[in-house]
Amino acid sequence: MANTTTNLAPARTPKASEAGALVATRRRRRYTLLTRHDKILIALMVGVPLTLDVLLIWGPTLASIGFSFTNWDGIGPITGDNFVGLKNYQFMFTGYTLFWPAFSHNLIWLAWLTFVATPLGMFLAVLLDRELRGTRIYQSVFFLPVVLSLVVVGFIWELQFAPTEGFINNAFGLVKSGNLIDWLGNPRINLFAILIATSWRHIGYIMILYLAGLKSVDPSLREAARVDGATEVQTFFGVVLPVMAPINVIIVVVTAIEALRAFDIAFIINQGKNGLELLSILITNNSISEASLVGFGSAIAVVLLLISLVPIVAFLSRVMRTLA
Amino acid sequence: MSAIAAAAPRTAVRRVARRRTRPGRAILQGFLLTMVVLWLFPLGWAVYSSLRPLSDTVEHGYVSWPAGGLSFTNYQTVWTQAEIPYYYLNTLVIVIPAVILTLLLASMVAFCCTQFSWRFNLIVLMIFTAGNLLPPQVIIIPLYTIYLHTPVAMLGSIDVGKFSFALFSDNNLLYDQYIGIILIHVVFQTGFATFVLSNYMKTITKEITESALVDGANVFRIWWSVILPLCRPALAAMATLLFTFMYNDFFWALILLKSGDKRPITSALNNLQGEFFVNNNLIAAGALLACIPPIIVFILLQKHFVAGLTLGSTKG
Repeated sequence: MANTTTNLAPARTPKASEAGALVATRRRRRYTLLTRHDKILIALMVGVPLTLDVLLIWGPTLASIGFSFTNWDGIGPITGDNFVGLKNYQFMFTGYTLFWPAFSHNLIWLAWLTFVATPLGMFLAVLLDRELRGTRIYQSVFFLPVVLSLVVVGFIWELQFAPTEGFINNAFGLVKSGNLIDWLGNPRINLFAILIATSWRHIGYIMILYLAGLKSVDPSLREAARVDGATEVQTFFGVVLPVMAPINVIIVVVTAIEALRAFDIAFIINQGKNGLELLSILITNNSISEASLVGFGSAIAVVLLLISLVPIVAFLSRVMRTLA
Repeated sequence: MSAIAAAAPRTAVRRVARRRTRPGRAILQGFLLTMVVLWLFPLGWAVYSSLRPLSDTVEHGYVSWPAGGLSFTNYQTVWTQAEIPYYYLNTLVIVIPAVILTLLLASMVAFCCTQFSWRFNLIVLMIFTAGNLLPPQVIIIPLYTIYLHTPVAMLGSIDVGKFSFALFSDNNLLYDQYIGIILIHVVFQTGFATFVLSNYMKTITKEITESALVDGANVFRIWWSVILPLCRPALAAMATLLFTFMYNDFFWALILLKSGDKRPITSALNNLQGEFFVNNNLIAAGALLACIPPIIVFILLQKHFVAGLTLGSTKG
């Protein structure tokens, strides 16, 4: 794929002086080629999916913002009386005891993925990029958890962490000696237990993405660095890493989005309670599963939205440059 | 002669280099092997637990050699008692139409946005891409409301043995219906698929579309019989990836379905936990049964899966 683009590029770029004229004529020709019928077809082919996207993704995003200023309970019509201004936000930040724990759990989640799991995935990719013996088998093994659902990942790790039946407590003799560690029940450690389970999947994901990036680095760059006497570590940090800037951005964005989306494992373990509160879970618990505080849940959704916009904008500004 | 002479010092250099790195290589292989064992252990442990009868683990403890032997009894029990085949069927009813529809819609948008230049094509691509990056929980409350208030026609049902699959709806709503889950999968994943397919299609030269237009083909025809065949590798990669994403979905089914008997296998597993909560071995068997299809995909289609993931990133 990458090769096709680079091979075609020289053939398609004429001398600078001709380029402007060529683009102009080509553009004019393309427009005259399209009949009225074709233009209607294009409008439909883009319009139908776009309408669905706006109705079911962006409409609800805006509606979440709107709901967050009301005390609507989801039943009956919304009237002017439902408007409560910033009350939901005020209660969320000052009165609601679960908000800040959930917020900090999301932050810990993000920090763990950013500083532990993602670097480990990148490190594995760098190691496996060296064409060692058995590199394909290693890749497959690290990649295997990526195809599993987080629900299954949760179950598999419950077999490790369960207090009396789990492998870890039994293997270290904690069950016999009665010093049980409640990995999933103790609110001071259960977040880290599920972060280990999450990392089992996340590391393989990052490894595959990064490995693909490393494979696309021009080998002559490394060759040149080696000829100049750079060590492997120097070559990586001085040459490879800067060339990989676009993929580094994507890795960071993927990591941030994964951290903000975290939901499944925490929900499987204990419905996101007792140390496993997350913003995503508070949203559904307040508005759908347990209570019907549509307005209040929406205010939490708006906080999650605002945080998510940071990686989303970073991603778009990076990626749209190349799509243009 | 000269060739041999030139080759000689090079092999000497290589030999020295290899000797110098050998301890490093050994440490590296050792590290990677340790990681591989760590990686496979949780899965291997789940397989081991699932093969042991509960009585054996109760008597000898969980970390013990299998005194009572290993068997597939747990699998049989889960398969029949938890009606696993029925949930597989639910998953297929949702995932197959959803993957096909997503690929059709996304390839249309990607085709129109990359093969023709019009004023808003970049903005349209951004709307789709950004929509897929939102956490689903940001939109779930209004979406749930929409699903509860959108009327959908009831058109009878298709009965397979003792199972009944409603056509469109059996309660006049989008909520708690297969079609509702299919719809949100299609809309949400179209964003991702559009982005990846656009990345692929922008490498197809526009001259192909132009000459087809000159030959008198209409836009729809060009999309279907010229561009889609050219995108076969990308479509295969996306189909593999989308199948896995949708198969593994837990959240949409958890919130937008109410009836237990409509749940796809991944979210049905959650109920398994309540049903057999004392028997970890049964739960392990159920979880492993649920991950057989993705593992088959992993073994047979790993290349496509990886291609799909990396098309979306390295090209961007």
